[in-house]
Amino acid sequence: MAFWIASSPHNHTQNQTSKLMRLVIYATIPGIFAQWYFFGWGNLIHIGLAVATALVAEFFVLSLREQPISKQLFDGSAILTAVLLGICLPALAPWWITVLGSLFAIAIVKQLYGGLGHNPFNPAMAAYVMLLVSFPVQMTSWQPPLSLMSVELDFLNTLTTILTGFTSEGYSVEQLRTHIDGYTMATPLDSLKNDIGQGLTVAESITKPVFGQHFSLGWEWVNAGFLLGGLFLLARKAIPLATPLSFLASILVCSFIAYSINPDGNASTMFHWLSGATMLGAFFILTDPVSGATSTKGRIVFGALAGFLVFIIRKFGGYPDAVAFAVLLCNMAAPLIDQYTRPRTYGHSVKQP
Amino acid sequence: MTQEVATPELADSEPADNELQAQRAALKSEYKELAWQGLWKNNPGLVQLLGLCPLLAVTATVTNALGLGLATLLVLIGSNATVSLIRHWVPKEIRIPIFVLIIAAFVTCVQLLMNAFTYGLYQALGIFLPLIVTNCAIIGRAEAYASKNPLAQASFDGLMMGIGFMLILVVLGAIREVLGQGTLFDGIELLLGDWASGLRIQVLNLDNQFLLAILPPGAFIAMGFLIAIKNAIDSKIAERQPKPEEKAIERVRVNFDAS
Repeated sequence: MAFWIASSPHNHTQNQTSKLMRLVIYATIPGIFAQWYFFGWGNLIHIGLAVATALVAEFFVLSLREQPISKQLFDGSAILTAVLLGICLPALAPWWITVLGSLFAIAIVKQLYGGLGHNPFNPAMAAYVMLLVSFPVQMTSWQPPLSLMSVELDFLNTLTTILTGFTSEGYSVEQLRTHIDGYTMATPLDSLKNDIGQGLTVAESITKPVFGQHFSLGWEWVNAGFLLGGLFLLARKAIPLATPLSFLASILVCSFIAYSINPDGNASTMFHWLSGATMLGAFFILTDPVSGATSTKGRIVFGALAGFLVFIIRKFGGYPDAVAFAVLLCNMAAPLIDQYTRPRTYGHSVKQP
Repeated sequence: MTQEVATPELADSEPADNELQAQRAALKSEYKELAWQGLWKNNPGLVQLLGLCPLLAVTATVTNALGLGLATLLVLIGSNATVSLIRHWVPKEIRIPIFVLIIAAFVTCVQLLMNAFTYGLYQALGIFLPLIVTNCAIIGRAEAYASKNPLAQASFDGLMMGIGFMLILVVLGAIREVLGQGTLFDGIELLLGDWASGLRIQVLNLDNQFLLAILPPGAFIAMGFLIAIKNAIDSKIAERQPKPEEKAIERVRVNFDAS
């Protein structure tokens, strides 16, 4: 009788990249559903366009690089990148924005650096920042929630707006964004920033219709949807708890301090949490295992830094939302964070000689 | 008598002729090598990656790139020639400050000339014109080549390196201008005078400027692609050539392929 002795680890996980990616894609569904419910078909069309472009770009670059195509093409990472990019884009942005962003994300940010696992930056966020810097007009023409729009926006109208810039009745994006009272509606973050810049207090500003009854009309439910998806991922242990927790806690601390010092000039924590891309960033972007920090301590620092940057850029920066910029800056800092938060090796003392 | 004198002369002149021819051939091959090094193999922009600051900062349009390229070319020729002329009298210990002073003198001349004759371009280039002084490509050539070689070769080296640098500037400027604004030679009249305003070409009709191409990050990305294309061409050429069967162990070069 022979003992068959295997070396550790004895507990094998059957996780594959494609399985994990599929799980994350499923987890975006509640958020996307909320987007569809409040903002219409725009983002779904953009997601479709982005996925198609990403797959074509991935196929093209992989064949150029002579990599195994079928395995890498359908490991889901390109699709996930495209889905995240499609979620972030303004719903009525023209189609070439999506195509360009998707190409940039896959071909340049991901594949030129060596493909999945080698990209120093989050591809979706890098593409978003590239688009925002290159095409500020298109990328800041956010669509207001459907309930505030004076024009009925069905699937066909959304599609023609994305493809041609006009609805089938001939309304331009600018007209679609105009409130029935004649002013252009911006996102809650944008309006709040403008109003504070013009000397209004927060309490005066949030009486505008884009803020709705609670914090920000539509956006709060989109964020709640992504929070739900994130909790699902946490329950399935697909993402670590440290990053989103420290990110949200960091925003809480920053906005709480600012709010208690000057409540007229600073929005509440709940507003920061439930508007813009906060929840998407916390659970889907910052938790990217490739471009983030590695150890638990490192992830806490990483998330806290991101939250701090989000608050600072939202408050003082030139752009209304800050998650993409904060993520890119933190991606740059990740190797340094890893360097200084190296966990103690088992069996070694804490102090390094 | 005369024949007796003439014969040794002839006999003498034949080896001298050969020597002269050999010298000429060597000189010719050296000039060829200088041109090849400056324009392609050791190109200051693509291979040495020197002078990246102006390379990336002012290549938003072909006009700016051409203006800065010409200015750098002039300074490079002048400084190489001067450094080569005085190379025997420069103490080794303080050669760098002396080179910098020489370069600065030429840059001042070029700057004043551009201020006088191409004022619009002078304003467009701004700080990057005086910053030619700190362009490593220029001081690199002064240090590496001009301070060790005679006047003619040093000037020729300056010319070739300058042209190589200018070509990269212009190519990068063209790529960025087409992608960014959809034009070519926009504002060329600032450099060449009013007759040149007809040279402006509208390549693409863009509704929106592609700001990334105009901003510095676009320069980095385009530059990366240019270097990649150059390396791809080099490896294609190397592939096509028959491999010499050598078994000597060579040191691995990690940074560039100059031999």
